[in-house]
Amino acid sequence: MIDKRVKTVEAALEGLGDGASIMVNGFGGTGVPFALVRSLEGMSARNLTLILNGVRFVDGFAPGIFDAKRVSKVVVSAARSRGPDTSNYERQWLDGELEIEMVPQGTFAERMRAGGAGIPAFFTPTGAGTDLAAGKEERDFDGQPCILENALTADFALIRAARVDRWGNVRFRGTQGNFGLAMAMAARVTVIETSDTSEEPIPPEDVHVPGIFVDRVFHCEDMSPANAGGLG
Amino acid sequence: MQPLSRNQIAWRAAQDLEEGTYVNLGLGMPTLIANYKPVDRDLMFHSENGIVGVGPVAGENEEDPDFVDAGSQKITLNPGAALFDSTMAFAMIRGGHLDVTLLGGFEVSQTGDLANWDAKMTHKGQLVGGAMDLVTGAKSVWVTMQHTTKTGEPRLVKTCSYPLTGVGTVDRVYTDLAVVDVTPDGFLVREMIDGLSRDELQAKSGAGLSYADDCGVLSAPEL
Repeated sequence: MIDKRVKTVEAALEGLGDGASIMVNGFGGTGVPFALVRSLEGMSARNLTLILNGVRFVDGFAPGIFDAKRVSKVVVSAARSRGPDTSNYERQWLDGELEIEMVPQGTFAERMRAGGAGIPAFFTPTGAGTDLAAGKEERDFDGQPCILENALTADFALIRAARVDRWGNVRFRGTQGNFGLAMAMAARVTVIETSDTSEEPIPPEDVHVPGIFVDRVFHCEDMSPANAGGLG
Repeated sequence: MQPLSRNQIAWRAAQDLEEGTYVNLGLGMPTLIANYKPVDRDLMFHSENGIVGVGPVAGENEEDPDFVDAGSQKITLNPGAALFDSTMAFAMIRGGHLDVTLLGGFEVSQTGDLANWDAKMTHKGQLVGGAMDLVTGAKSVWVTMQHTTKTGEPRLVKTCSYPLTGVGTVDRVYTDLAVVDVTPDGFLVREMIDGLSRDELQAKSGAGLSYADDCGVLSAPEL
């Protein structure tokens, strides 16, 4: 019987070790797997690569991940921390201890979709002629300069959703979905946290992420802070 | 002479959004534009985190943390709205389905280059978001910004000094002093405020200005 539900956070994150690449869903505080991120903060794995739209919700909610210098690279469209001060991860970046790969947000989403769809790279006009085109192959299509962008894949994807059934089918609410589908497609192990796991299947036409892309379903309390949006 | 306020610049830009168009409003001044949508005009506001049909910011009792826009504000949805994931949201942008994108800017060049993403802060990480996707993908790219910097340096320039967001993509600029189109022949002033001479406007601009035959007065109601 297919049942992707796991009982403990240890089981949800089993296999996540040194050198792991981890996609973390979330935008404006929605769809952020706060319980899994909090657990990540309590682990010892080092040399991690975080792939997420903005660093600051992880930095704001689980700063210990950066304080302990456990992240060696982030792939993001937004690397700026909140407020006027330099945060710990920005300090590590300025000191050359942490690599930041800046990616335009649409290219970020599309690189993960491509990674999940078996497309190793694609050309796009986004970013052509800018600093973010540095080192990338350029080619004109219909007279428009385009740059080659490589697919993004990862060891893990961590996503929060409103409802998941035991087959791993996912239903988002509001704007929770954001990068979730692309990340679920692109990761080797996709973990969904939810406060609503159901014996009943989600009606097929209501499924946002088909369970084929989902490996583990972790039932937990909603740990979203009241000001989750303020975390970016 | 009375330069336009931020709200008035937003109001002026809002008047040019045509009935039935799909529009993305960037962070900062562009988000104010939604407040000044002409009441008889049906517009669909797109948000790159996955919404078409963004409604007003949620009131105190209607806030729902699962419904946010690209500025992380808790929002409501208008009738006819749709929700979707980021790949779909950016397919709309990158695939040329958006009619207008409105963004803030540091500088616009006379060939339509935009610099608006990297302020070259020496102690902070960078932030690009969806700006590069929006300026290359939308059918029309409009920029709202002050005509000069706080220290009086022009923002309409020959060549941008800040890192580029996109090359040759800006169609129109709304400032506190003028409405300026970017044409194959450079900046073309469509409207300018009363009480400012062409020489004075030119002195506040870093590249040559020409003037439309029907160049009008830029004005806005008290807001």
